[in-house]
Amino acid sequence: MDNSQNHAPYAQLIVDETRYETKLTAKYKNRKRFEPKNEGQVRAFIPGIIKKIFVRQDQKVSENQPLFILEAMKMENTVHAPKKGVVKGIFVEIDQMVTKNQLLLELE
Amino acid sequence: MLHYSNAESNPSLNLELMQIKEKILDFFTRKNKATSGGGAKAIEKQKAMGKMTARDRINALLDPGSFAEYDLFVAHSCKDFGMESKELPADGVITGTGTIGGKPVCIFAQDFTVAGGSLGLAHARKITKIMDHAIKLKMPLIGINDSGGARIQEGVNSLAGYGEIFYRNTQASGLIPQISVILGPCAGGAVYSPALTDFVFVVDKISKMFITGPEVIKTVLGEEISMEDLGGARVHTAITGNAHFFAHTEMECFDMIKKLMSYIPWNNVEKAPSVKPAPPKSNYDIAKIVPADPRKPYDVRHVVKAICDDSEFFEVQADFAQNIVVGFARLNGETIGVVGNQPLVLAGVLDVDASDKLARFVRYCDAFNIPLVTFVDLPGYLPGVDQEHMGVIRHGAKILYSYSEATVPKITVILRKAYGGGYIAMCSRHLGADFVYAWPTAEIAVMGAEGAANIIFRKEIMEADDPEEMRKKKVEEYKEKFANPYVAASNGHIDAVITPDETRNLLIHALQVSKQKEEIHFNKKHGVSPF
Repeated sequence: MDNSQNHAPYAQLIVDETRYETKLTAKYKNRKRFEPKNEGQVRAFIPGIIKKIFVRQDQKVSENQPLFILEAMKMENTVHAPKKGVVKGIFVEIDQMVTKNQLLLELE
Repeated sequence: MLHYSNAESNPSLNLELMQIKEKILDFFTRKNKATSGGGAKAIEKQKAMGKMTARDRINALLDPGSFAEYDLFVAHSCKDFGMESKELPADGVITGTGTIGGKPVCIFAQDFTVAGGSLGLAHARKITKIMDHAIKLKMPLIGINDSGGARIQEGVNSLAGYGEIFYRNTQASGLIPQISVILGPCAGGAVYSPALTDFVFVVDKISKMFITGPEVIKTVLGEEISMEDLGGARVHTAITGNAHFFAHTEMECFDMIKKLMSYIPWNNVEKAPSVKPAPPKSNYDIAKIVPADPRKPYDVRHVVKAICDDSEFFEVQADFAQNIVVGFARLNGETIGVVGNQPLVLAGVLDVDASDKLARFVRYCDAFNIPLVTFVDLPGYLPGVDQEHMGVIRHGAKILYSYSEATVPKITVILRKAYGGGYIAMCSRHLGADFVYAWPTAEIAVMGAEGAANIIFRKEIMEADDPEEMRKKKVEEYKEKFANPYVAASNGHIDAVITPDETRNLLIHALQVSKQKEEIHFNKKHGVSPF
């Protein structure tokens, strides 16, 4: 009872530069941290299956050039290059199932 | 029993009596068949899953012997896929009226033992009929959901059935209490009827709610998840907020429903039932619950219990967005809706989920004539990219909207911090509160002393020989001047500074004098609330 003060089960939450002693919720702890978008990384915008790959390693691509066919929800979606560059890495194979936001390709 | 003294001597009358008897026997045969559900095997299976049968559920929830059934002999008219030869007792749903605590209710219970409780047009029309009845006769509607979903064989007709139910849920909203009890699967379109009702009850390991099930998610998205983790009782009470009450067993769930119904009025023109007033229990010492230091946590529910009748607080959505507390209690025997920031969790900040929870509860209370008492102690809104991107602006606006719109008596007690936007949102005078009280520990200010001093005295702090020392000095200066209720009191933003001890009596007084409260309504269909 007495040393509960020393071992208080509380975390801290800062609001307007004031530190509050409080409990945190699981939802708060599991919240998604913001990550700035990396223009060179091409990620799956929807979970699905890679049906076609149009480019090779070290290939030069122009902006909007088709990179993959990603089949999802019975639709064939084309994944385009977000900018012009050179293919630095391809991280998926044909018929591979990918989750949302999975890294597919990296441009330099 | 029928008895005619001359029956023996009158052959034609004798024949007639025989015919009546035969018809009555035939009726009992039919009734027995229709009430037997999906048969012994299916019932055994239902029980093996730890579930009660639909009829047992109705009987357990309603006053004993009070259930009167409707539409027992309703049959489907589907002629496709071999359905023409299938008899479905009661078409898989039991409907009727009965009483809870001696007062009338309408009820339906889907029967999972009959074709998986699947919903076809006849099944749906039984439900809409009892809903119409509840609306017309102004009594609560309780729906027990235990269904595999649409009866696929009936095609678009089962979709029509769902649509007709949703329409009535919406028409009935704010007119009569609607309570949904999820006692089995409730998937796909079926989830939207409960979602449109006032309160959703779930039971551990029995309730399952989702739009698309684990199998579809696995095939389409490649994500593997169990039914329990996707849409079990805990998920909906703690994570999604779709359900309001969690029970460990069906019987506990029925007790909770009865308890809830003891707090609420039977329709939107009635008042909640009064009970015998009772003082709070002596084990809650109101003067000792709230620490003076605004950074220290405490459980706001103890404040509620220290003030309300018999120290009883019936919490709604207890596991969801725990940084805000909402629920029912009584003052002097009369039901109140309680809202309180919870400094124990996330320092009591408002966020997306808390806003949603609070606003919905306030709207419920307003629709059903339940006065609102709000206990305030919050540092403001939760900072963070995720909150901003989830739309904390439009969600937070729900709080402003619901409080401003509410015309029931609104009483606010500022226990400690009331900073910035949080102060405005928590039923301030500016949003139409009828009474605003503040404890001497209240700090009504634009923000906490640390933040404010750093902004206002930035230059002095930066230019000082010892910035840290100057900062401390300025924080103290700000605290001295603004961290109290008296600036707000001097502007009439609060009505009175009161001690914790006199809070209960003043709240009872405030409720008594606002009984005749009337507000002018503008002539409009409805507002455009930030849903």
